[in-house]
Amino acid sequence: MSEGGAAAQASPPKINLSEEFAESGVGPVLQQLDDELVGLAPVKQRIREIAALLLVGRVRSKFGLVSQAPTLHMSFTGNPGTGKTTVAVRMAEILHRLGYVRRGHLVAVTRDDLVGQYIGHTAPKTKEVLKKAMGGVLFIDEAYYLYRQENERDYGQESIEILLQVMENNRDDLVVIMAGYADKMDRFFHSNPGFRSRVAHHIDFPDYADADLLAIGEKMIAALNYGLSLDAKLALAEYISLRRMQPLFANARSIRNALDRARLRQANRLFAAGDRDLSLDALTTIEAGDIRQSRVFQQTGSSAR
Amino acid sequence: MRVTQGCFSFLPDLTDDQILIQVQYCLEQGWAVNLEFTDDPHPRNTYWEMWGLPMFDLKDAKGVLMELHACRKIYGDQYIRLSAFDSNHGWESVRISFIVNRPKNEDGFHLDRTEGQSRVQRYTTRAYATDRPEGKRYT
Repeated sequence: MSEGGAAAQASPPKINLSEEFAESGVGPVLQQLDDELVGLAPVKQRIREIAALLLVGRVRSKFGLVSQAPTLHMSFTGNPGTGKTTVAVRMAEILHRLGYVRRGHLVAVTRDDLVGQYIGHTAPKTKEVLKKAMGGVLFIDEAYYLYRQENERDYGQESIEILLQVMENNRDDLVVIMAGYADKMDRFFHSNPGFRSRVAHHIDFPDYADADLLAIGEKMIAALNYGLSLDAKLALAEYISLRRMQPLFANARSIRNALDRARLRQANRLFAAGDRDLSLDALTTIEAGDIRQSRVFQQTGSSAR
Repeated sequence: MRVTQGCFSFLPDLTDDQILIQVQYCLEQGWAVNLEFTDDPHPRNTYWEMWGLPMFDLKDAKGVLMELHACRKIYGDQYIRLSAFDSNHGWESVRISFIVNRPKNEDGFHLDRTEGQSRVQRYTTRAYATDRPEGKRYT
């Protein structure tokens, strides 16, 4: 494809989209996204669409066509533990591979990092963060806390104004991703119409199905060099369906916490077994008992079954 | 008279794009970039005012440019220089420094000759600009 750029004005060069795709190096990232993230079909679909748009834009610019960079500020809404932050990190990498952002790093902030404590503190603080995020992705977690409806003198408003200004003027320098729970984000966008119009992509993260959560749990535990025994796998599946009924269920995060506690119990069990040689198998396997000791089973065990 | 201090000062003034590339190089070396301004162009004047704090943890030069534009808006009629500090052990000093903004009319310097004992000549330079009070030197 060496003649691609040079011959743009003479005779229209042929550009192979799939070659371009391979060249951009975005394929492996998308593949990784597919492999490592379970479920989230609508999210993956939207990311693919964005990747396609940017790729076509790149090819268009090779032909000398107008290809104004699209606005890519996004809002991620979804319940806790649905992978918003994880996807944001990937998004930064994808946008970097596609040449939309120059550096591809992610700066994750919350209200505390943007809003100051006294008059005149907010603007430098927000600008500081924005400077660090230049050339990458600024991820604002729980963005709705920036705006406090009940207090009209809240400094959050000042931060919002600076953000809006930079989102508009430095569109090709950084991408802002705002994340939070769906209902609160809706209210936030409703009271800040400026944000609504500047955020082009609203991506909703659905809750995971039980099977997805099981797969996620297995991936998590495998990443730590552990494995679930067959019984433990069944126990985990049961745990997931029981845990879902209980309050404060946080999808993948709940599973991670459950597995952390299972590891704790496994270590405890090995320790209690006393003075004997441990096999590699014993060290890496989590048994059903480690999971079934959970409070979740005790609470519902009597009533449900 | 054109003041020549720091890197690149014998070249034509750097454009913003060229500054951007220089700053990006500095950031890639892990240096902290900062901006200073003054209206006293004397070469021995090392006490330039700082524009904000040195910028740590930046990844992209555009953030520095943002500050530079903000600084130019207020002190566009003064000298602004950009310097990068290397905090690595053994260096711990400014690695590069160059002027990124200068007044429209640079008055230049007056050369004072003083005759001393045995007709020895002593020389002193004094910027014409400093005849006027601070803040009104280049307006």
